[in-house]
Amino acid sequence: MNNILNVSPSPHQQSPETTRKLMYGVVIALLPALAASIYYFGIGAIIVTLTSVLSCVAVEYLIQKFILKVKPSISDGSAVVTGLLLAFNVPSNLPVHIIVIGAIIAIGVAKMTFGGLGNNPFNPALVGRVFLLISFPVQMTSWPVPTGFKTGYADAVTGATPLGLLSEGVKNGDAVSAIMEKIPSHMQLFYGQMGGSMGEVAALALIIGGIYLLWKKIITWHIPVTVLFTVALFTGILWLVDPTKFADPLFHLLTGGLMLGAIYMATDYVTSPMTHKGMIIYGIGIGVITVLIRTWGAYPEGVSFAILIMNAFVPLLNMYIKPRRFGREVKHG
Amino acid sequence: MSSIVLLTVIMLSLLGLASAVILYFVAQKFKVVEDPRIDLVTEVLPGANCAGCGYTGCRALAEMLVKSESFEGLNCPVGGGETMIKVADILGRKALAVEPKVAVLRCNGTPENCTRTSFYDGATNCRVAHALYGGNTGCQYGCLGCGDCVIACKFDAMYMDPLTQLPVIIDEKCVSCGACVKACPRNLIELRKRNKKDRKIYVSCMNKDKGGPARKACKVACIGCGKCVKICPYEAITMADNLAFIDSFKCKLCRKCVSECPTAAILEFNFPVKEEKPAEPAITEAV
Amino acid sequence: MFKTFPKGGIHPPENKLTADKPIVVLPLPAQVTVPVSQHIGAPATTVVEKGAAVKTGQVIAQAKGFVSANIHSPVSGKVNKIEPVTDTTGYKQMSVVIDVEGDEWVDTIDRSSILVKEITMTREQIIERCQQCGLVGLGGATFPTHIKLTVPAGKKCDLIIINGVECEPYLTADHRLMLEKGAEVLAGTTIIMKALGVEKAIIGIEANKPDAINHLTALSKDFEGVTVQPLKVKYPQGGEKQLIKSCTGREVPSGGLPLDVGVVVQNVGTAFAVYEAVQKNKPLIERVVTVTGKSVSNPGNFLVRIGTPVSSLIEAAGGMPEDTGKVVNGGPMMGKALAMTDVPVTKGTSGIILFPADEARRSEVLPCIRCGKCSTVCAMGLEPYLLAAASEKAMWEKAEKEKITDCMECGACAYTCPAKRPLLDYIRLGKTTVMRMARERITK
Repeated sequence: MNNILNVSPSPHQQSPETTRKLMYGVVIALLPALAASIYYFGIGAIIVTLTSVLSCVAVEYLIQKFILKVKPSISDGSAVVTGLLLAFNVPSNLPVHIIVIGAIIAIGVAKMTFGGLGNNPFNPALVGRVFLLISFPVQMTSWPVPTGFKTGYADAVTGATPLGLLSEGVKNGDAVSAIMEKIPSHMQLFYGQMGGSMGEVAALALIIGGIYLLWKKIITWHIPVTVLFTVALFTGILWLVDPTKFADPLFHLLTGGLMLGAIYMATDYVTSPMTHKGMIIYGIGIGVITVLIRTWGAYPEGVSFAILIMNAFVPLLNMYIKPRRFGREVKHG
Repeated sequence: MSSIVLLTVIMLSLLGLASAVILYFVAQKFKVVEDPRIDLVTEVLPGANCAGCGYTGCRALAEMLVKSESFEGLNCPVGGGETMIKVADILGRKALAVEPKVAVLRCNGTPENCTRTSFYDGATNCRVAHALYGGNTGCQYGCLGCGDCVIACKFDAMYMDPLTQLPVIIDEKCVSCGACVKACPRNLIELRKRNKKDRKIYVSCMNKDKGGPARKACKVACIGCGKCVKICPYEAITMADNLAFIDSFKCKLCRKCVSECPTAAILEFNFPVKEEKPAEPAITEAV
Repeated sequence: MFKTFPKGGIHPPENKLTADKPIVVLPLPAQVTVPVSQHIGAPATTVVEKGAAVKTGQVIAQAKGFVSANIHSPVSGKVNKIEPVTDTTGYKQMSVVIDVEGDEWVDTIDRSSILVKEITMTREQIIERCQQCGLVGLGGATFPTHIKLTVPAGKKCDLIIINGVECEPYLTADHRLMLEKGAEVLAGTTIIMKALGVEKAIIGIEANKPDAINHLTALSKDFEGVTVQPLKVKYPQGGEKQLIKSCTGREVPSGGLPLDVGVVVQNVGTAFAVYEAVQKNKPLIERVVTVTGKSVSNPGNFLVRIGTPVSSLIEAAGGMPEDTGKVVNGGPMMGKALAMTDVPVTKGTSGIILFPADEARRSEVLPCIRCGKCSTVCAMGLEPYLLAAASEKAMWEKAEKEKITDCMECGACAYTCPAKRPLLDYIRLGKTTVMRMARERITK
């Protein structure tokens, strides 16, 4: 036989799962939320999403090809995921040039400067979002009111988000029950009938995507469940102590970027801990900081900052929290 | 207005004075008493911290040089003789004469010479490939081409030639620190005496098999025939384990062995072109 | 109920293509090549010379020291040469090459197939017989059996576990052995029990072999102290530490041996070889090897003499398929790829797998995305991404601190990695370097 044989060290089989399949799995999981955002915010949602994804991919390609002079790796799908998540974190009437700046920061600064995929300490989409929030506070806090396709793009009618109303109201000294009358019911919040950034409104759609991610074993339950549980617990305690000053936990779970953050942003592989124990501590930290910012902080929403702050702790969590080594404790039958 | 300026100047001056006094006392309290010659020696050493001398850095070597009585076993291969003379001057001693060396790859197993018999696609690391099997050719002693030596070289003196699939050593840049020698799992790289005009003659093979299998695996293998040993007028060549070895310090570069070798395993570099003798095996002239 | 180990593990496709193929005796080849080192420990020293006539079962190389094993001639004929020949290690090793003439056996060997259950030997005699017959662990590790059956001072053994798990995909040699020679396997188990002075033995079998589980469970009623434990299908269930944990809950301490928790583990093939050695005085000269692969036309389980060229096995399985890209000696997870097929079958060869070209090449290596899946599947609780990165960057102290020496090289991490990183390549490099450094520290 004249075959030249392949030789490599073991193992000689590799699982069919690839980086690309994982990334596109996340994209598929985000499709229900994308559909919901188009349903609620119309043409603006389409423009913002398209712009964000294309800019992120383009920035990565250009930097890799012309600055770093390496083979562009856009086919692994990670830039697409960052683009989608960045889009879901901004209002659906955000001007195109601001989205592009966001993409440049997210991919160029938060990802490529650290060495590209796998090396960034902070979640790129969130870095992009926070940068835009601080640099363009007006445009980033003008939330279109969801009126389906009637919601224009540049000419969308804007209003406050539920969390914004809560935060304002409490500062004014209104009782929470009075504030709640101005806010859609819990059921409506669940379906997404509220103002907010594009991807964060429809809790139902996000949960469907989350179940898909769990089923495909792209994420594990540790981070989303821990974040949501911590928020529910912390806000639950506060609400029980004084229901006139603090909103109920279900309200907190359904509003703002918490659902999106807990299921899709905090679970980003690169910026989250490697061990399950570490993930639980990470999740608790995010939950606590989110509630602190929402309740006593200057911003009505705190998930983005909470995740970024906990990202900084991840190397520490990885260093000190190790999996249990087999044979560390001697057990006799 | 001017009172503010005056006040600022006085405040800053007092602050500066206070800092200076504190720093002075701290420097005195935590002073490390050291032989001042260590600093002087460190200054004349190249500062590459390559560990070619066997110590962890230039300063570590400087400490050893100052501490020890003689220069025995202490040499900076990178700085070479010039640097050691400078060090000797500082310490008031005589420098030992050390022959400059250069690294040489003792393998010529190009795809043309040594047929590839399998395809390796494990991690691109010579030690990994070496632990796995004899290699992707019939010769289990030859270069694996994954470039551990190139990565080890801190002086940019090596690169991998994609056509020959062998590492190339740039003579001008090689400082004979020995990093590549340590990196190669097959001990294919040797530090040999550096001659005028970078001329070299060496047996470009490390195959210890008997002639038959060696030649079958690679066209330019050393078959251990011993003809070179017989022809050398200076007894510079020895044979062990079916493999010839030319002592670079005894070799006078006469090139008789190069023409004798029936498989062209002995290579010569940087010599003027010789006239071809008819009906003799072709001489492989490497550039 | 089906037990399993709690941490890590993967589920590669089983591909047990040859599970129903009964063992076929391979005809003798024209020439055998017998390496003198087919075991852990010092290579044996030859005791025959070129031109000598040998009989099947005759000693041709003597063990060198205690940690070594005898080598017996697997055929009768004449010694052609004694020289280094390339074998499955990928390097040339000293071997005895014998031209086969007929099949004359040494007359002290009992070739009948009557089952002998009664054990007349003492503990010491059993161990000595195993040593004489050159027995080594047939699970792939090839550790000399007589050493494993000798309990060192200060250690105690109260349980034997027989490894009938065969967790590697494709391999079915142990499966067929349990089905076709079940009684002999159990008899061998009782002999091992006597050698170690224990009264209890558990045979661990994975749930994908229900016929073997039923067969041995039925047979075990006639063998006192032997029970069968079905185990959940999960790789690497057959790793001895995982096997002990699943069957007993005991955890071998890091850096320790099964004897530290009072257990000795032996492969079913070794148990069978012990039976043949003790009751039939037959040395280790042949074994069952699975030859398989998706494109192989006649895959099967072959009883083959040690030293038979792998190419003969492939011929018997219908020849090498046109599209063959890789030939592996062993299983797909821990086996060794061969650069050529005219290498000999040795005591450690459990299977030959021929992979088609589209499964033979590794995928492109991408950056680590820090997904942590490698750590999740590691049955030893290690962090492969960290160990591989430390080894690649030559950070040996860090690798040692992170317990790189606990790694059993099962390959689950590299199998799982979505970025297709060569994790195990680097971990193995790190392991050997760290172990060498540790040895040098002791000798200094």
